[in-house]
This record gives sequence, structure tokens and C-alpha cells, in this order.
Amino acid sequence: MSEQAASAPGLRKPVSTFGRLQSGVAILLVGTALMAATVLLGPYVSEYYYLATYTILQFIVLGTAWNILGGYGGYVNFGTAGFFAIGCYTTIVLNKIFPMPLFFEMLAAAVTAGLVGLGTGYLTLRLRGVFFSIATLALAIVLQTLVVNWSFVGGARGVYVIRPPISGVLMAFFGFFVPNGISYVQFLVVLMVALAMFAVLAAWAVEKSWIGVGLAAIRDDESAAETSGVPSLRLKLIATTMSGAIMGMAGAPFPYYVTYVDPATAFGLAIAVNSIAMPLVGGTATWWGPVVGAILLGSAQQILTVTISSAANLFIVGVLLVVFLTAAPRGVVGIVRSWKRGRK
Amino acid sequence: MEFSWDLVINAIVTGIVLGGFYAAVAIGVTIAFGMLDIVNIAHPAFMIAGAYLAFLGWEDFGFDPFVSMAVFAPCGYLFGRAFYRAYHYFFERRGDESLQGLAFFFGILFIVEIGVVLVFGVDYRSISEPYLESSVSVGFVSVPWRMLVPFLVGLGMLGSVHLYLSRTFTGRTILAVSQDVEAVRLIGANPIRAKEIAFGIAVATAIIAGVLLIIIQPVEPSITREYIGRAFAICVLGGIASIPGTLVASLILGVAEALTTTFYGPSWSPAVSFGLLLLTLIFRPVGIFGR
Repeated sequence: MSEQAASAPGLRKPVSTFGRLQSGVAILLVGTALMAATVLLGPYVSEYYYLATYTILQFIVLGTAWNILGGYGGYVNFGTAGFFAIGCYTTIVLNKIFPMPLFFEMLAAAVTAGLVGLGTGYLTLRLRGVFFSIATLALAIVLQTLVVNWSFVGGARGVYVIRPPISGVLMAFFGFFVPNGISYVQFLVVLMVALAMFAVLAAWAVEKSWIGVGLAAIRDDESAAETSGVPSLRLKLIATTMSGAIMGMAGAPFPYYVTYVDPATAFGLAIAVNSIAMPLVGGTATWWGPVVGAILLGSAQQILTVTISSAANLFIVGVLLVVFLTAAPRGVVGIVRSWKRGRK
Repeated sequence: MEFSWDLVINAIVTGIVLGGFYAAVAIGVTIAFGMLDIVNIAHPAFMIAGAYLAFLGWEDFGFDPFVSMAVFAPCGYLFGRAFYRAYHYFFERRGDESLQGLAFFFGILFIVEIGVVLVFGVDYRSISEPYLESSVSVGFVSVPWRMLVPFLVGLGMLGSVHLYLSRTFTGRTILAVSQDVEAVRLIGANPIRAKEIAFGIAVATAIIAGVLLIIIQPVEPSITREYIGRAFAICVLGGIASIPGTLVASLILGVAEALTTTFYGPSWSPAVSFGLLLLTLIFRPVGIFGR
């Protein structure tokens, strides 16, 4: 892709250690600042903003996770909703049989979704890329059918989830900063900021490491990459597993956020579409493309849902996706880059 | 449900009849995906567009479903040609079809589905004609015309596409494009034009399949998702580019679904096609008729 060629001269410049880690440090600082703001602003902001922020953060995580495989490697995953739902239902099942802190439920969700990703990848990534895409689509529907027929997790009717209390240690920690502690929704937002930070850092690390370089080679020409010794199957499997695990983690806190989950919500088409539209609108070649896309589309949808209707806002996401794909295939990142180049 | 041979035979007959309709759905995917290498996952979207057009025609103008087919299929053909032009211009020409092109079709699928929701709502829509309400019985097996009409039209469509592709010059060019685009250029035929015509045909079959769908059952917008699985499962199982393969795979899927519905309940039937697709991809990715 032309993007790689365009940025190649930049890579050859000698870069200091700080220069190389700059973006990572920036991600950490922004994330920490957001967490602090969420804790400190607690009582002064209406709950609606927390709910909206949660949704946008969730899409940052999902878009970033999708981009690790889709943007860097060029393999389209249509089954984001499936991985997300694995996370949701891992929490629901664990909550029913053996309640534990949310952090461990998220870990369990990551492991489950990561393994499903690895399995799907192992079975289909050796075929043409298209088959992987179709298989992920299939995976989401098969999983949904299983859940619909599984009465332990509520079947098609869905299930109510009771929010557990925030553990004493965490409460004491937050109480150190704000006298009254924090509400559960605030806690979820802090958690989501942390997860988004983790996801973006992971994507950044992949992008800058040999994995990202290898994936880019696969995306540009897979057989050429294999001939030059890129271990393509291994790289694709690493990316699929990571991507699936992060999507699962994004789903794990969701039952506590909505408190009622049914298969139609957990496997919602909106999740699959948004997690593809956001990276593609933002730009797939860099770690910040999906973040920009998620913030733009996410906040636009929040505003539209309030002002028009939720069906109309999904329609607009679809139209934006198609418009960007045809008119600006490199996304917002591409537009910014060509604008910068034009000014020089 | 308790096992009995009556049920099995009834399910098999229903499955075969249903399979004929599935063949009508899948033939467009076989053409677009198998022969032209265009991963048109928006195929079911064109199909429900056809179903809702037939509903509009029936409700507002009293069109018989067959009149709808005759009116809307040519429109679908022209639309398909224009659509391929746009797809070629924006994606194929740039070599972007694997990521951006695939996402583009996904976007189109989504736009059509939500568009139908916005215009018609999420209620089920259906049409009825007196001749569709009766049924044909042989012994204890009885098949309603509602199912038999789509079966016959599906088979007829598969036959005509097969004849067109094997007997006409343009048809043979389309088959040649599926094997070697450069070779087609060398003999002086225009591969882009052949692909354009073939994609037009694929969309026209989708429109007809949509009309057949609303004959069989009431339709609602989210039905597209089930049919992505069915169409691609059939296409892959049948060997991707093979028309006889498409027919055999359609019948297999139809029978498998009918048996599942009879003995395990309809809530399991979406998993049949996708399960079959996953199994095919895992164990025999070239399909039963693949080379």
C-alpha cells in the first residue's frame, strides 16, 4: 500500500528512545488523566454523560481490537459481535456459578474469546482471506443459536444481572481521592478507560514491533511475504488471538453496565458494523485511526440517538462507512496526512 | 420429537422442495463469488429488496408475484451492471477489494437492511394469492404450492443460467473470466464487460429469489443474516463455481434443515447452514464438486 512507501523515509531518520516511546507515553498520560477526571468529577456530572462515555470507550476498544487483525493484517473479521458476546456470557455464567471480582471475569473472558479466535484462525486462516471473513460471520450466528437455546443463561428471553458491590480495597483506594467513593457506573467508566488504554497500547506495540511489520507485509502481498520468510500463519494467529481476546474483554463488563442482556443485544449487528466502520473511517494503518474513528462516530451516534432515533443513526453509520470507503479509503488519518503533505 | 418414518419422509420432501428455493438464492453467489471473485455478501440485501418490491407491487398495484418478477428482475439486472461499474471503479481498479471492497459490501448490506426498517418497520410482511393457498398431496406427503412454485422457478432459473453460460458467447466469456482474466484479454474479449453482465445477472437472480421468498414465508428485514450463511454455505459446499454443485448442495442443506427443524425445533435451524459452512471450510474447503 502506498502509505507504507510514503512513511518509509520517515522511519530511516535516527530516532531517540524517547521519540520511539513518545506515543506510548502519550497514551498512558491521556488514559491516566481521563481516569482521574472520571473519579474527581464524580458528583458534578450527570450520569448520562458517563453512560455515553462508556459506549464510546467500548467502541474504542472494539475498533482497536478489530484493527489489529483487519487494519494491520488485512483480514476482515465480521464476527466482532460474537467475540463481544463471548465476553458478556462468560461474565454471566461466572456470575451465576462462582461470583468473583470483575477483573477476573474479564481475564476469563479474554482467555475464552482468545481461544475461540485462535481456533477459528487455526481452522480457516490457511485458506484465502475471504473464507476467514465468512467463517467469522458464521461463528457469530452459530454462537447466537447456541445461546438462544441455552436456558441456563436465559435463552432468547435474556437474563437480568445484579451489579455486585465494588470490592472494599478498590473503594478504599477511590475514597482516598474523593470523600464519598464512587458510583458503580463511574467505576465501570474508569475500568473502560483502563481497558481502552491497554487496548490502544497493545495495538501501538504490535504496530511498532516485528509483528506489525510482518502483518503489513502479509496485507500487501501474502505470497511475497511468505517467500521472504515472514511466518505468516503464526503472525495471523497471534493477531487473531489478541484481537479476539480484547473484544472478549470489552464484552465482560457489559452485563453490569446494562444489567439486562439478551442475545439480540449481545450479538447486535450494531456492534459488528461499528467495529468495522470506526477503523475504516478513522484510518486502518495506524493505532490512532480507530481511536479517532470511534470518537467521531461514537459521539455522532450519541447525539443522533438523542436527537433523531437509534435506527436512523445506524443508517448514517452505514452511509458514512460506504462514503469513506469510496471517497477516502485511507480514512481521516489519510486525509490529515495528505493535507500535511500538501502544506509542506 | 418422537421418531417416525412418516416424519422423516415428510421432512425429506419438504427439504428437497426448500432446496430448490435455496438454489435460487445461492446461484447469484455462485456467479458473483465463485466465477467473478466478488465477495458479494450484500446478496441477501438485494434479495430482501426484491421481496419488499414484490410486497409493494402486490399491495399497491395488485401485481401477481410473477408479474413482479418480470418487472423487477430486469431492473435488478441494470442496477447490478451499474453497481459493478461503481465497485470496479472504486475498489477492483485500485486492488482494494480484499479489505475495503469486503467492508463496502457489508456497508451496503447494512444500509439496505436499516433502510427497509426505516421505510417498512420491523413487522412481518406477506403476500397471498388464491392459487398459492392450495397444496398437492401424494399419499401422506403434502406440499403447498407456496413451496412448490419457488422450487420450480428455482430449478428453471438454475437451468437457464447454466444454458446461458454454456451455450452463448458472452456466457462462455464469463466462464473464461472465472478461470483466467489475462487469457480473456488475449482473445480480444473484454473481461470487465463480461463481469459487468454476469454481476447484473447475479443481482437479477437475487431479486427473483426475493420474490420467491415472500411467496414462501412472511418477510422481515433482519432475515438477511440467515441467508448470508445459507447462500455461502451452499456456494462453498457446491465447489464455489459449479452450478450442478450449487443444486446438489442446496438440496443437501434443505434436507438437513428440514430434518433439524422436525426433530430439534426451528430455533436450531440457523445453526445448520453455518455449521455446515464451518465444517466444509475445515474438512473440504474445495467443496463436493471442487477440483
